[in-house]
Amino acid sequence: MITEFAKRFAIATLIILGGVSLVVAQTESHGEGDHTHDSHDSHDSHDAGHNSLDDGEHGDFVAKDFIIPHIADANEIHFFGDHHNGFSLPLPMIFYVEGKGFDLFMSSEFHGSHETLTATGPNTGTVYIKHPDTGITSKGGESFYDISITKSVFGMMFIMTLLVIMLRSMAKSYSKRPGQAPKGLTNVLEPLVLFVRNDIAVPIIGKHKADKFLPFLLTTFFFIVASNLLGLIPFIGGFNITGTIGVTVVLAFAVFFISTVNGNKAYWGHLFWPPGVPNLVKLLVVPIEVFGMFLKPTVLMIRLTANMTAGHIIILSFVSLVFIFNQNYGEVAGYGMGVFSTLFMIFMYFLELLVAFLQAYVFTLLAAIYFADATQEAHH
Amino acid sequence: MGTLLTPAFGTVFWATLSFLLALFILRKLAWGPILKALQDREENIQEALLSADKAREEMASLNSDNDRLLQEARSTRDAMLKESREMANKVVSDARAKAKEEASKEVELAREAIQIERKSAVAELKAEVAKLSIDIAERLLREELKESGKQTALVEKLIDESTLN
Repeated sequence: MITEFAKRFAIATLIILGGVSLVVAQTESHGEGDHTHDSHDSHDSHDAGHNSLDDGEHGDFVAKDFIIPHIADANEIHFFGDHHNGFSLPLPMIFYVEGKGFDLFMSSEFHGSHETLTATGPNTGTVYIKHPDTGITSKGGESFYDISITKSVFGMMFIMTLLVIMLRSMAKSYSKRPGQAPKGLTNVLEPLVLFVRNDIAVPIIGKHKADKFLPFLLTTFFFIVASNLLGLIPFIGGFNITGTIGVTVVLAFAVFFISTVNGNKAYWGHLFWPPGVPNLVKLLVVPIEVFGMFLKPTVLMIRLTANMTAGHIIILSFVSLVFIFNQNYGEVAGYGMGVFSTLFMIFMYFLELLVAFLQAYVFTLLAAIYFADATQEAHH
Repeated sequence: MGTLLTPAFGTVFWATLSFLLALFILRKLAWGPILKALQDREENIQEALLSADKAREEMASLNSDNDRLLQEARSTRDAMLKESREMANKVVSDARAKAKEEASKEVELAREAIQIERKSAVAELKAEVAKLSIDIAERLLREELKESGKQTALVEKLIDESTLN
């Protein structure tokens, strides 16, 4: 029965993705065409020769301009279409202007020509300018903090809310049906919880010390898995939460903070005065070790961000190939490429599904290893 | 590309806030009860397995106990049977001995009685014989002593005899 379902699911995915890529190819190539055309005009007016890639024919498809906005964080959740004809959900913009106070307005307040959008803060009267290359600046040069709810922040809050609801109901199911076999949602989530506990935390950190770190490891694992999976769902704005460096930096810093705070005598001893190492070599080893202390979480952060972003980039590149072939070799080549790209995208989707879990596993595993390192027993 | 690699302040701010909040809430409301429930269940299973093992062992020991009891009961029964048989035998043999003794006593008594009877019978007989002989003697004497000479002779003879005594 399951294999039957899987077969149907695969066929349905194939048809939907195939259809979608063709539709997207058609609409986007029109939209992008207008876009680059317009941007050209505005560029020419004040910044000639700014982008050498734009110097080609009008209506040239530039993969970078297509891909980057899709993976970068944004101030609205963009569903389809281009900036004017499309449909997107505005998100709240929150600014704190030093000495003036807070500004709160929706991102739909931004108006203007295609590239440069402006909005006036309702409280401080600051004029904010949004440009794809420079980000958000203020017209009068006031310094401000941008604490807007961006797409990734919104996604993260959504994921966290979802996790709290789901895991709370899971926790309740245990007290509701004590001593009985799990079912429903609990049955789905329990193997993941057991996986993190029995295959990551306990074997690495140790049975007794693991309890202390389990809430963090579980939260991190579930957050990363859920975020990664959310990023794979099409038509909901293309979330790339774990591919946003601002989010992963928080996760990585949390790992760094926890392992540093929990670092015991043996940990610091190994770091600053490695036992059994000749003094001269210590001069070499200690700086490397100390550097490594900061490097480990940094690598953790970059690995997760890069992996998730790379997956999105590859899928988007296959979409781009359709436009490029359509533009350079004619419509037939475009359609042909559409079929080819779709097949590759399906492959990539399944790979990404694997990566979604794999990266969560790797992050949690490495975090557990760092915690175990910090709480190591002195064994010399 | 700059936006991709530099963490935005707002994102970091909100991510920290929501992560810490979620961590706190999940730890309190979800992970605590979930991990506890899982541990409890594992302990329950462990306990159930152990108690099943124990029950099996108890069953085995109970069975061997039963066997032992049965064996004991059987041997007790055998012993009792044997004892009772012995007792019965003894009773029988005792009775026999007693009977024999009793009989021999009876026989003795009878013999004694017979002896006495015989003695008395003999005595009686003797007396009878004596009487008879006296009678006969009297009659004889009467016949003899019809003549006076003879009477005197006899008296003389008797007197002689009595002096000899």
